[in-house]
Amino acid sequence: MSAAAQPSASRRGFLALALIVALLPLALPNNYTYEIAIVVGLNAIVCVGLNLLIGYAGQISLGHAGFFGLGAYGTAILAARYGWPPALSLPVSVLAVAALAWLVGRPVLRLKGHYLAMATLGLGIIVSVVLATEDRITGGPDGMAVPPLWVTGEKSWYWIVAGTLLAVVWLAQNLIDSPRGRAWRALHGAEIAAGAVGIDAARHKLAAFVLSAALAALAGALSAHYAGFITPSRASFLHSIELVTMVVFGGMASTLGAVLGAAVLTTLPQLLAVFKDYELVALGALMMLTMIFMPRGLVPTLEKALDAARRKPR
Amino acid sequence: MSAQLLQFLLSGLTVGAIYALVALGFAIIYNASNVINFAQGEFVMIGGMAAAAFIDSGLPLPLSVLFSVTLATLVGLLLEKLAVEPARGAPVVTLIIITIGASILLRGLAALVWDKKIHPLPAFSGEAPIAVGGATLLPQALWVLGTTLATVAALWWFFNRTLTGKAMLAVSHNRLAAQLMGISVSRVLAVSFGLSAALGALAGVLIAPISFTAWDVGVMLGLKGFAAAMLGGIGSGPGAVAGGLALGLIEALGAGYLSSAYKDVFAFIVLLAALVFLPNGLVGRRAAERV
Repeated sequence: MSAAAQPSASRRGFLALALIVALLPLALPNNYTYEIAIVVGLNAIVCVGLNLLIGYAGQISLGHAGFFGLGAYGTAILAARYGWPPALSLPVSVLAVAALAWLVGRPVLRLKGHYLAMATLGLGIIVSVVLATEDRITGGPDGMAVPPLWVTGEKSWYWIVAGTLLAVVWLAQNLIDSPRGRAWRALHGAEIAAGAVGIDAARHKLAAFVLSAALAALAGALSAHYAGFITPSRASFLHSIELVTMVVFGGMASTLGAVLGAAVLTTLPQLLAVFKDYELVALGALMMLTMIFMPRGLVPTLEKALDAARRKPR
Repeated sequence: MSAQLLQFLLSGLTVGAIYALVALGFAIIYNASNVINFAQGEFVMIGGMAAAAFIDSGLPLPLSVLFSVTLATLVGLLLEKLAVEPARGAPVVTLIIITIGASILLRGLAALVWDKKIHPLPAFSGEAPIAVGGATLLPQALWVLGTTLATVAALWWFFNRTLTGKAMLAVSHNRLAAQLMGISVSRVLAVSFGLSAALGALAGVLIAPISFTAWDVGVMLGLKGFAAAMLGGIGSGPGAVAGGLALGLIEALGAGYLSSAYKDVFAFIVLLAALVFLPNGLVGRRAAERV
């Protein structure tokens, strides 16, 4: 794909996504399917942000569920324990998580590769243990109830999440095509070379980290108000892994891939539930098979296949 | 030294020895293939669960231990052949997800083949605690410490005195050069996965009489082993042992003197501090990046 064709391709992708999101309610027969669609949307918001960090800036994080959990608990505690209106507690919680990410990101992002993976994993575990242990504030392992947002009901929530997702995708696509996005890709490819042409690697990495953490916190806060209840498992290591898997499964460095990855891997466990005892086995086997046969992920692999088919002379 | 402190040190060293064995497994696989094997903890689980199942079926303890370690070794070899070998050259994140997929698969299989209950394992030589300067020590803790010591000695001999061990070191230093000298890289990879799986399973069998075993114990043990390997400096054998023991001691002292609920957190806080201030681990070499 040439550089000149990219903006129009991502614009087409955005329109296709908007169309699917707008028409999807016609295909959703009941509240249960709405619920799945909403969870898909919330996961997709996290994944689009995480993809900016992993796929574009090339920095791995195995602890983003920690930010998701902090966003959720932040708004829940402000609203339930201190009586703040959710319209205020939600943005404050997201901003506080962004500030925290900025603080911890500065030392941690100096690490590379497996060391960065370990550090972010450690951060995530610390958050989840703190949430499970400080039971006077968080309700402990049993979780806590969260006051509702000003809207209730699956249908209105669908439009809130869908609108947020589209805004996030639009923001991500514009960022990727901006000088900031080019800087991310440059330091992903070769950090030293990027530094040599005047890109401040530390600053750009930190920006991707803070933005992805804020989006995770936003999705976490929304999910807390939507479900009306949260438990520390939302901040667990396994949830972090699920999120990274969604990004990589859909295809790194592809915003629509992140959305597709979230959609497939959120609905899949619902479908695999028919396997009952074999659910874990099927999920593990699927993760391994897709990564072995499509190491670049779903969307880039499909794009390449389409490209090859188009070029083939008839 | 107060009896209480001695007690914490003894239990910390026991758990630390287990972390050291798991961390050695991480280091061996990392050296041979540059893969961080997130399924390492599942070998620990397979070791403990298989041994419990063999003992339930009436086999004597030594045979059960032997069979369970052999079973885990086979699983390790299969993992290398079926999942890691075909994905060679894939990006780091992809390899991480493949091994995480493998760990989920193995956990699911364990729940199917055995069950989701917690299993005890009989102690190797009685349960009567031994008094040591006011503190008590379980006989099983001596088994843990002794076996770990013997294993580390055997590994040292293997890597420094045998041709296969030296070939593995050569591959870890420079894969291409090793290949040009006639070393079979695919054999080295297979040996490294088999060996790591055996080490993990051994750790699982040793610790099961103290902390019990279940289908999902591999997650936390694997993460702690990974943390220990990182603390010592990834890819370094002595570092893995030092990291494991340090992690065990930090946990025991933190749980004893500060808060037992935050036991798991102390290890990771120290690890984060170590990563930020000593980015190459306790004994890791400073890497120079080639541009």
